[in-house]
Amino acid sequence: MKINDTIVDKIANLSKLSFSGKEKEAIKSDMSKMLDFVGKLEEVNTDGIEPLIHMTKEVNVLRLDVSEPMVSQQEALKNAPKKDSTYFKIPKVLSK
Amino acid sequence: MNLKEVLEKYTPVIGLEIHAQLNTKSKAYSTDVNEFGSVPNTNVSPTSLGHPGTLPVFNSATLEYAVRLGLACKSNITKEMHFDRKNYFYADMPKGYQITQDKTPICTGGEILIKGDNGKERSIELTRIHMEEDSGKSIHDMDPFDTLIDLNRAGVPLVEIVTEPVLKSAKEAYNYLTEVRKLVRYLGICDGNMEEGSMRCDVNISIMSKDATEFGQRVEIKNMNSMRNVAKAIEFEIVRHAELIAKGEKIEQETRNFDASTNSTIGMRKKEDAHDYRYFPEPDLTKLVVTNEYIEQIKNSMPPLPNDLFKKYVNKFNLSEYDAYNLTDDKGIALYFEELITNTKNYKSAANWMMGSIKSYLNQNALTIESFPIKASTIASLITIIDDGAINNSVATQKIFPVLIENPNLAPLEIAKENNWIIQNDSNELEAVITAIFKANPEETERFKNGDKKLTGFFMGKIMKETKGAANPKTTAQLINKVINNI
Repeated sequence: MKINDTIVDKIANLSKLSFSGKEKEAIKSDMSKMLDFVGKLEEVNTDGIEPLIHMTKEVNVLRLDVSEPMVSQQEALKNAPKKDSTYFKIPKVLSK
Repeated sequence: MNLKEVLEKYTPVIGLEIHAQLNTKSKAYSTDVNEFGSVPNTNVSPTSLGHPGTLPVFNSATLEYAVRLGLACKSNITKEMHFDRKNYFYADMPKGYQITQDKTPICTGGEILIKGDNGKERSIELTRIHMEEDSGKSIHDMDPFDTLIDLNRAGVPLVEIVTEPVLKSAKEAYNYLTEVRKLVRYLGICDGNMEEGSMRCDVNISIMSKDATEFGQRVEIKNMNSMRNVAKAIEFEIVRHAELIAKGEKIEQETRNFDASTNSTIGMRKKEDAHDYRYFPEPDLTKLVVTNEYIEQIKNSMPPLPNDLFKKYVNKFNLSEYDAYNLTDDKGIALYFEELITNTKNYKSAANWMMGSIKSYLNQNALTIESFPIKASTIASLITIIDDGAINNSVATQKIFPVLIENPNLAPLEIAKENNWIIQNDSNELEAVITAIFKANPEETERFKNGDKKLTGFFMGKIMKETKGAANPKTTAQLINKVINNI
């Protein structure tokens, strides 16, 4: 499958990434190669075969409804690039 | 066409999506506490924070609650299912996707019975119910420079209940929400509090010409935090659509926000790549298989449902629909009534006690039935002694009931005996009382004897006072006439 500018732009936008002209060319070529590699699978006839979703035959791996404290507020916020003592801070999403 | 003609010629087509937070102890895919109102960012875990390398493990209670709801709605329960990832980039969902059920919802079909616009029962068909997780909360108005993120809610289990586009008015939508809220509360799976956001509702609405075969352009409305606001948003939107049609303008497909300060809806900025969620099966959770045994087990542990109780009260107990509605509106009231009627078969009187003395006591003291001091069996014995003729109704409600509130462990009959409130059928004793009262009031007695019947009330009052209300009124009236003739 040929990756064109439109596809790269769309995926970049969904991933909140942006590429310069040179980077875009490199990405186009890389992605095309990846798709060609995976595209090999298309050669196999899969008519009437149920899609394989899980690699394991195990079902219903459930846990009981029990709560356990996991991390403290301080630990939770520790790696955030911007925060106060209570909240994660991110750039304004809505302008009022 | 002018606006009035459009409103007459067109009919609203409304579908609702309700998100109900399940009140499990822990989250859907991790063990952090599921609780409303905690200090921000304290009910979190590496999983809900979206840290790399963490894996979800599904909470069995989420499945159980969803099946309970599905059984109550008579939905088909899916026997084999998987989860899907809904990918989107937003800071309140830090792992970058929501784990939901896209292809294989736990329930398909089913119905919720509501009161339709014509007052008759109407079945609202459900499309599906599926399980998913809530996102965290973005707070836009607390900090002037940044948006604040609280991840306590991230990963809280939800069920999304989707109707077919079959609702026809704001009132029907309101009634539907009332029934869903009642149902999830009876089932004990969600507290149904729209103000706190534990139950949320999105509206899909369009209007179509009554002779058209295709729906009009559909608009989605979000951000309503009460049932009343859902109704207001629908009312506003119906008129907005009709106005556009009257002017010959196009209705845009868009998502609109309800603004409670103006009771209107406002179009949100349109997303360029709207709805490209790139769903794919969630590889981190195993397949779910629901067996018939599992469904049977849940069926056997189902609580009574409001609609079943309503029908029982109307059809079997011959109570009015009004009484039945009020008795089943709140689960606690219904359960108390159910206990009451295991001890008395006077259903009408039991309903009157619930709706009368008990409810007004609860209202006056801002209490719920759960903290009502008197046991249902005690109210039942009070009803029994009234029916037996031992006390009259006003003594029961005005005298014994207040004593029981203060001393809930006393027996009604003992209270009545101790205070001489038992109806006296002993006519000799009563005759003596009446004779004494006539003697003590010679002037009135003379007038009464000469035919001034207005004085009956005067003597009746004196006798009741003397006997502390325990005299049987009928017997007393007969005895007054007998005694006066002998004077």
